[in-house]
Amino acid sequence: MNDVLIEFRDYSFQYFEQSQPTLKNINLKIKKGEKVLILGPSGSGKSTLGNCINGLIPFAHKGKIDGKLFVDGIENKNSSLFELSNHVGTVLQDSDGQFIGLSVGEDIAFALENDMVEQSLMHERVQKIANIVDMGQLLNQNPHDLSGGQKQRVSLAGVMVDDVDILLFDEPLANLDPKTGKIAIELIDSISKNDKTVIIIEHRLEDVLHKKVDRIVVMNDGSIVMDDTPDNVLSSDILHKYGIREPLYLTAAKYAKIDIVPELKPAYLETFNVELCKDKIRSWYESNHVREQKENNSPLLEIKNISFSYDGKRPILQNVNAIINEGEMVSIVGKNGAGKTTLSSILCGFIKPDEGTILMEGKDLSQYSISERAEYIGIVMQNPNQMISKTMIFDEVAFGLRIRNVDEDEIKEKVHAVLKICGLYEFRNWPISALSFGQKKRVTIASILVLNPKILILDEPTAGQDFFHYSEIMEFLRKLNENGQTILLITHDMHLMLEYTNRAIVICDGKKLADKKSYEVLCDLDLTEKANLKETSLFDLALKAGIDDPLSFVECFIHYDRRVRSNEN
Amino acid sequence: MKIKVFSYSSLDSLIHKMSGLSKLICFLLLTTAIMATYDIRIIIGIMIFSYAMMKISQIRFSQIKMMLIYVGIFLVFNFILTFLFAPKYGVEIYGTEHVLVNVLGNYDITVEQLFYQITKTAKYLSVIPLGIIFILTTNPSEFASSLNKIGVSYRICISLSLTLRYFPDVASDYNTISLAQQARGLDMSKKAKTSERIKNVAAILVPLIMTTMDRIDIISNAMDLRGFGKHNKRTWYAAKPLRKVDYIGILICLLIFLLTLWVRFFINKSIYYNPFI
Repeated sequence: MNDVLIEFRDYSFQYFEQSQPTLKNINLKIKKGEKVLILGPSGSGKSTLGNCINGLIPFAHKGKIDGKLFVDGIENKNSSLFELSNHVGTVLQDSDGQFIGLSVGEDIAFALENDMVEQSLMHERVQKIANIVDMGQLLNQNPHDLSGGQKQRVSLAGVMVDDVDILLFDEPLANLDPKTGKIAIELIDSISKNDKTVIIIEHRLEDVLHKKVDRIVVMNDGSIVMDDTPDNVLSSDILHKYGIREPLYLTAAKYAKIDIVPELKPAYLETFNVELCKDKIRSWYESNHVREQKENNSPLLEIKNISFSYDGKRPILQNVNAIINEGEMVSIVGKNGAGKTTLSSILCGFIKPDEGTILMEGKDLSQYSISERAEYIGIVMQNPNQMISKTMIFDEVAFGLRIRNVDEDEIKEKVHAVLKICGLYEFRNWPISALSFGQKKRVTIASILVLNPKILILDEPTAGQDFFHYSEIMEFLRKLNENGQTILLITHDMHLMLEYTNRAIVICDGKKLADKKSYEVLCDLDLTEKANLKETSLFDLALKAGIDDPLSFVECFIHYDRRVRSNEN
Repeated sequence: MKIKVFSYSSLDSLIHKMSGLSKLICFLLLTTAIMATYDIRIIIGIMIFSYAMMKISQIRFSQIKMMLIYVGIFLVFNFILTFLFAPKYGVEIYGTEHVLVNVLGNYDITVEQLFYQITKTAKYLSVIPLGIIFILTTNPSEFASSLNKIGVSYRICISLSLTLRYFPDVASDYNTISLAQQARGLDMSKKAKTSERIKNVAAILVPLIMTTMDRIDIISNAMDLRGFGKHNKRTWYAAKPLRKVDYIGILICLLIFLLTLWVRFFINKSIYYNPFI
């Protein structure tokens, strides 16, 4: 059991098109049967490391290699992508984008097809593997019609069919709603027990630690900065130092002045020894809990009895009512396909509801065209590439104004003002291609803000972002909100909803399930179950610490946390 | 939301049971037959045949509604324009002139012109259902495997089937992007000037190309990682052997094709059928 399966020896890699190496002097051994988490912020080189193992580097992405890498006894650079694919199976992060086959069975069979396996044998093997991941009944389904969790199962079966020893998961949790993510982690865990070596590349630490891992390798700036057991990693200050979000219950424990040491077994909430530090948590709670102040209640947007269906039969939205008050920042949450995006499309006038009205400051918006509505409601799409059509930042932001034939001097004034708000003023004459993803996102926000909409809707504003960029985008949105901008966020990120929005509207199967304080939503087991959310670990921590009113504990944490964050900024 | 309006859906009809290869052969035979003739008797015959096939293949009206609307508009325009630009073409072809009504000056509505234009419209109307049947009843992967069987390189086959498969996704991307740009004030309606509209289309195409490139990048990585291109050949999970229904289908279409040629060369002795002499 102690054979080394993967070994990096003084390994460095530099893409030909880059001036700096992406991986610097990596030394790492992974043993057979181990389950390893590779953790790090965006740009730390963790995905590159994964691509070295599966052979995309150097065979599909070229670059300069120093040092050695052995995978299952084969030296990587003398091998080929095909040879390596017989040893390493890779599940890429976007399971939607990687389906090649038109049916589940065909997709699972893809690797066998390439290996020229005979058809009848192929059908047999596919059936067998599909049964293992519990998809045996669904071989004829179109993969795109499956739920998020089922898609993951299909992707997994597609790489397992080759009977590989090493399974590599590149950000398996991106784009999954919290409950599906939890199921995915459980699935990976059960596979790893079948004598497979599992490598998970992720930055969502708390979610991965839902199940045990043997080791955590922390990367930053192309180097390995820590390689240790989960308990040791979580007890060190390394996460904070490199901008990785620690589990929320640990943040709370740290606020309560508890010294996190490996003896407390902090890696998993189940093992975390709350008994030893109960008193500190309680006294922190006693001294910090406050009652929420009154909030503003002047309605800006009223959603009244909205119903919608594409085919007249299956309702996508059923009689949804909600009110957004002026100056609020609210989340709309719910599982994938619950109708969140449809609701935002209705608000923007992309589609017309079958029934119901949208009132903006009491005015019915149904008579307005899409572009006229833009003066009231601005929408920022999830993927900035879906919006950017100009080469230069200034032109992109000015686009909406130029279409409206605004005077060029006025455009300049307005665009500059918005760029200053968005922290992009220094870059105004830069090409957009030179920006990072987070900056591009800000460009798209700026290009909508410049039209001065009363409500800004953002669809998954932080999808795929690491903690640093997440905080950057969200703090920016919070400042906008503090300056009076009303913001509506469509998300399934529980942290985002808990930390930045006071109120959450929960939509499930086209109906509004709840409309209450975010922390109340995440402490309601029944509700989180129905809407594919996950209750917050703070709630469990409070229970473990014997606090009578866990809800109020979570509330207390949120307020304390906001104060800490705004002091940091 | 996936737009399922104009893409393959798997049903259990006789036409769905045919292999993609034989459907392609039938499609080519019938369309060539229609192209080779202006004989309305044959065209109507093929038209009835193709609508019957459409019925058999269980295609629902809602699936093709949008397509039919566009086709309808096109046909009406085509009909009017043909008349405006060549009002005497029917007379030229058939060599007689039976005026029905004089519209204006040179513009007479003649029986010959009407007959010619109706024949032409009928040609379109019989080809279109054939195309619809082919696209809506052929599993792209299965079609790719048949193409590969007749010697086309499997790389080309796969890229063809991926194109067919991802077409609905790209179409929905286009839709999303277009709406997002309209929300910023882009005018895509007929109110804008043509030059403006061309510029506006660029504002949609640039992001569309970017997102499509992203897609291609992901899918090609996924394919590489699962050993695509390992050997010179590959097998196909979705391959379907040719069966009785395939041979019968091809035979029927071949007969129709030969009949058309026979009528053209030995009965009409011309591409046109002339009822006026």
